[in-house]
Amino acid sequence: MNKKPAWYILLFVVVVLLQVLFVNNLQVSGFINPYFYVLFIMLLPVSVSRTVLLLLGFVLGITIDIFSSTPGIHASATVLVAFIRPFMIDTSNLEDQDKGMIPSLQNFGFRWFLKYAAVLILVHHFFLFFVEMFSFNGFLYTFLRSILSSVFTLILIVISQFIIFRK
Amino acid sequence: MRNLLNFLYRYHAFILFLLLEFLCFTFIVRYSNFQRVRVLNSSNRVSGWIYKNYQSVEEFFALRRINDQLAADNANLRSSLLSLRETCDTLLFPASRDSNSLYSLIPAKVIHNSVNKQYNYITLNKGSNHGIKPDMGIVSPEGIVGVVINVSKNYATALSVLNSRWSVNAKLAKTNHFGPLYWEGVNPYVAVLNEIPYHVEVEPNDEVITSGFSTLFPEGILIGKVLRVEHEKGNNFQKIWVQLSTDFKGLSYVYLIDNKGKYERDDIENMISDE
Repeated sequence: MNKKPAWYILLFVVVVLLQVLFVNNLQVSGFINPYFYVLFIMLLPVSVSRTVLLLLGFVLGITIDIFSSTPGIHASATVLVAFIRPFMIDTSNLEDQDKGMIPSLQNFGFRWFLKYAAVLILVHHFFLFFVEMFSFNGFLYTFLRSILSSVFTLILIVISQFIIFRK
Repeated sequence: MRNLLNFLYRYHAFILFLLLEFLCFTFIVRYSNFQRVRVLNSSNRVSGWIYKNYQSVEEFFALRRINDQLAADNANLRSSLLSLRETCDTLLFPASRDSNSLYSLIPAKVIHNSVNKQYNYITLNKGSNHGIKPDMGIVSPEGIVGVVINVSKNYATALSVLNSRWSVNAKLAKTNHFGPLYWEGVNPYVAVLNEIPYHVEVEPNDEVITSGFSTLFPEGILIGKVLRVEHEKGNNFQKIWVQLSTDFKGLSYVYLIDNKGKYERDDIENMISDE
């Protein structure tokens, strides 16, 4: 199942608009704030080069930053996620895979995808929330906030799999 | 030389990663001087346009609430107009009203707003074309909202009170003791008023208003009501939690304060610090 560049451009636009227009308004007492847009980095093809991955991560983060007036905060987190993504796929014991394949739930199975998504989301959210605070004051508060928001993001991303890759 | 190139080639991803992270953190740190980065904020053209269109859809569904609010506002204004007319009639002298009053208000609409970040910003649908300038204070019918920081032709971004980088000078309406009021970054309904000395008696529901010491806001605009008071050990001041009167989650129409005496006052106050 290969996808064309145009499909990715569309995915990028949809993910950014969904994030800034809808998900950012989905607040539970101003405490939980899911960041669903990481999905874009997760769904890039397995064969994508690390350089391209990092640059796309940066562009995605900066785009979100422009919408929320927070230059650098989201970009730093997405670049980190783009950096660790290859490690997640390499260590997952997946042989003879089609190189252009998308690391999606349908292609790689539910358990694998859940682990893959959970790790990337947790890294992204923890890094983001702590950079946003820019201190370890109120550690427990930020910690709890990252965990709960990650759970919400994970649910959204798993649901998205069934919508995007409908048979 | 070849070794160096080899090294660069082998670790190019890691080096690129470090470079990009360095760039990001430069943005973050430089943005602390938040006046500087003008390109990267939501008053820029594309994001402003998207937010505006989205807002018009959302607004349709919020019309009822906005209507109620405007009606209440109107009623208030009418009632004060009536009572003013009465006082005018009873005055002996014909009203030699000064039409050039010191403050004038510019209405604007909030097209983007957040309450759940550490640094919350507001985007407004008016800009330099409508006479908006940086450092104008913003109020809503319920109380203070924030201050304009960046202005483009048709949009402006502003810091809201819910931004841990900003504090506003406030005072207690009852006793006139003043101190900085700031937000602690957790609850969007509560801010903290500090530096009120111990001997001042503060009770819940006392009003907290702007002090008029800065040129952003005239004196006496409502900020909120005292929620509770804490005497921290080892601290010379009381810490006062203030229930904000503005509901930042439901913000839609606001007024910008154009203070015509601002530059004059800034000039004369700066003369003291120059000496």
